[in-house]
Amino acid sequence: MTLLIVASNLVAARSQMAFTLGFHIILASLGVALPAMMLIANYRGLRHDDADALKLAQRWSKAVAVTFAVGAVTGTVLSFEFGLLWPGFTGRFGEVFGVLFAIEGVFFFLEAIFIAIYIFGWKYLSPWTHFWAGVPVVISGLGGAFAVVAVNSWMNQPQGFSPSSGKVTSVEPLKVIFNPAVRYEVPHMILAAYLVTGFIVASIYAVGMLRGRRDRIHRLGLLIPLTVACIATPIQFAVGDTAARAIAKDQPVKFAAMECVQQTSTHVTEYIFGRCTSDGVKGGIGIPGFDSFLVGFSTSTQVTGLDSVSPDDRPPANTMLHWAFDTMVGICTMLIALGAWFAILWWRKREISEAKWFLRACAVSGAAAVVALECGWIITEVGRQPWIVYNVMRTSDAVTQANGIWVTFSLVLAIYVVLGATLIISLRAMSRRWRTEDGTDDVPYGPDSDPPPAAVAGRAQ
Amino acid sequence: MTAANAVAVVLIVGVTMYAVFGGADFGAGLWSLFAGNAEHGRRPRELIDWAIGPVWEANHVWLIFVLVVLWTGFPSAFEAIFSTLFIPLSLAAFGIVLRGSGFAFHHSARRARGRALATTVFGAASLLTPFFLGTVVGAVAGGRVPVGNAEGDIVTSWLHPLSLVTGSLFVATGAYLSSVFLVSDARRAGAADLERYFGDRAIVAALVAGALAAVGLVTLHADARSIFDELKSDALPLVLVSVVCGIAVLVLLRRGARRGTRPLAAGAVVAVIWAWAVAQHPYVLPPSLTVSGAAAPSATLKTLLGVFGIAVLVVLPSIGLLFTLVQRNLVAETSRPTRQPPG
Repeated sequence: MTLLIVASNLVAARSQMAFTLGFHIILASLGVALPAMMLIANYRGLRHDDADALKLAQRWSKAVAVTFAVGAVTGTVLSFEFGLLWPGFTGRFGEVFGVLFAIEGVFFFLEAIFIAIYIFGWKYLSPWTHFWAGVPVVISGLGGAFAVVAVNSWMNQPQGFSPSSGKVTSVEPLKVIFNPAVRYEVPHMILAAYLVTGFIVASIYAVGMLRGRRDRIHRLGLLIPLTVACIATPIQFAVGDTAARAIAKDQPVKFAAMECVQQTSTHVTEYIFGRCTSDGVKGGIGIPGFDSFLVGFSTSTQVTGLDSVSPDDRPPANTMLHWAFDTMVGICTMLIALGAWFAILWWRKREISEAKWFLRACAVSGAAAVVALECGWIITEVGRQPWIVYNVMRTSDAVTQANGIWVTFSLVLAIYVVLGATLIISLRAMSRRWRTEDGTDDVPYGPDSDPPPAAVAGRAQ
Repeated sequence: MTAANAVAVVLIVGVTMYAVFGGADFGAGLWSLFAGNAEHGRRPRELIDWAIGPVWEANHVWLIFVLVVLWTGFPSAFEAIFSTLFIPLSLAAFGIVLRGSGFAFHHSARRARGRALATTVFGAASLLTPFFLGTVVGAVAGGRVPVGNAEGDIVTSWLHPLSLVTGSLFVATGAYLSSVFLVSDARRAGAADLERYFGDRAIVAALVAGALAAVGLVTLHADARSIFDELKSDALPLVLVSVVCGIAVLVLLRRGARRGTRPLAAGAVVAVIWAWAVAQHPYVLPPSLTVSGAAAPSATLKTLLGVFGIAVLVVLPSIGLLFTLVQRNLVAETSRPTRQPPG
């Protein structure tokens, strides 16, 4: 009976965690990178006296306000879930990884404070003071991302505590913070945030241009985020490649599951897609020896297979992992191609191209980048199973004994669906309002003489 | 002082900050909920929006701070609380989601109906969230949270008089603090009618909170005798400070005084929290888990204190900057409420 409860709790808890994390990571990416886009536009506006860029910065700051607020609450839910879903994990290891969250807390505080000053400061702060109030937001976004992702890295490469079983009695915080996976996981996620945000914002303006709105605001609104994203993407590819090689060494079973390598051997074939079975990959496109080559730059490199550990210690859903990995790499490759296309068109005309197919490609790039982001988290999280702390603690030992997670999961699902829909609707309503106000909109800075409050009331927001 | 006790103090500092600043935000949401229909409640809601808009996000971070210090410093207590009190904490988490998004969206909602819905969600969640957080504190103080993964009773651990009174007290305290703060905000906005409006409510809230605190003492006497006894001895000075501050605020409000209400009201609440902390010491989870027994290894505690030191050096001045800018009307997005009531 207890076993049954635990099993059903485990599925429910993993589903709820996957869903809430998958939801939050999109908002977290926007929270890290959207303020940077906003400041780039702000800087351009001030430096080159560019009213359109300033208007963009002001509009993006309003989008930052809403997405940051929603991201703050979905992030709070995650910290509750450390106790509500995984009390066994936090009860045993909170004292180990918790310091990283304390560091994150400092950055999050600074982010919340300076975002408030920036968003509410357009009218009364001097232009450059206002710009500098935004800079701590970008820096603390990076710092916070480092701290949170370092916790996930530690779950993949746990170290800095002892003993390795039972109650932890000694901790070495520096070893925890700078665990081996930090050097590839942290840059991978920060680049992902910039890339995803860049393509999402670019895709919104590309859709606008496809609908015939070719004004300078739209061209600039496409140019700034697309440039950022297209610079980040090739770097991301290289970092991701390093990460995959490191995982083949650090977490060979995760790597074996995502590449569907059954037996430890050399000259392993790389399969693109296909179905993963206990006899190897069925279907899919095979490139002989290439998997070995990717791991060690030689087809005779030995790749560890799933047979290296007992079936209990292997990740589930190998086909999904394999597809997630191939999809992520495939999307990144296509986004690099989009970047190259953008560069060529720019080089020819020194102006953002308005070619229909180029804009269409930009229009789908945002959704594609989000899919790649989610695939990455599926790989790292599902690929680590059945462990919550790799090779140290099983997820089934971490889950709560309290009943009723199916209830909370259903509620979370309902609330988040409404939340996501409301967020999109309200962002769209904002953009419609901007369009109708176009031209009559007052400049963000300037001699706005603070009209009598009664008059403002009707027009506010 | 041992490192474990120092971290316990940091934890209570976080709880205090959240109770005062987060509590005032919850209270503002409650007043917004009870402000009546769209026309009737327009002016008080305008003042509430204007007053908490720039600060509510930062105020909310104190909760994260408390959670992180608890699970890093005293992980076994965190495990016990979050598993046994799964129900009220889940409900509080839902409240936080609805509250945050309600506030975010009622700013951006264009149509009156959407705005009204967002306002209602924000208000209702502002009532329920502190209530459930209060039941959690009541369950801990009442010694109903045993160590381990969901070792306590998942329902009766928090569904009993002490928890229910504590939950109500949390709601009333937030309403009290926010109405006192809003009186000052109304003065800052130059809206004399709102100054009276919230002044009246502050007096009512103060009396309700005081009455609930008295009922709380009775239930403590019945339910958590050791804490009650400590409140009578070691923590007695703090209890008295709270009573004196509370009465002083009432007197000042009656006389329409311009200064001193805010620090005194906050002082009344802060003194109660510290009285509870002193009375419960040395236990994190009465009746058996002590601060030293639950504490993390010393390297963790020292790092945590170091990070807290950095936070004091970096975050406090930033909060001060934000609050100063707000008080000087240098950061404002929504319009300031009108000086004179229309009509």
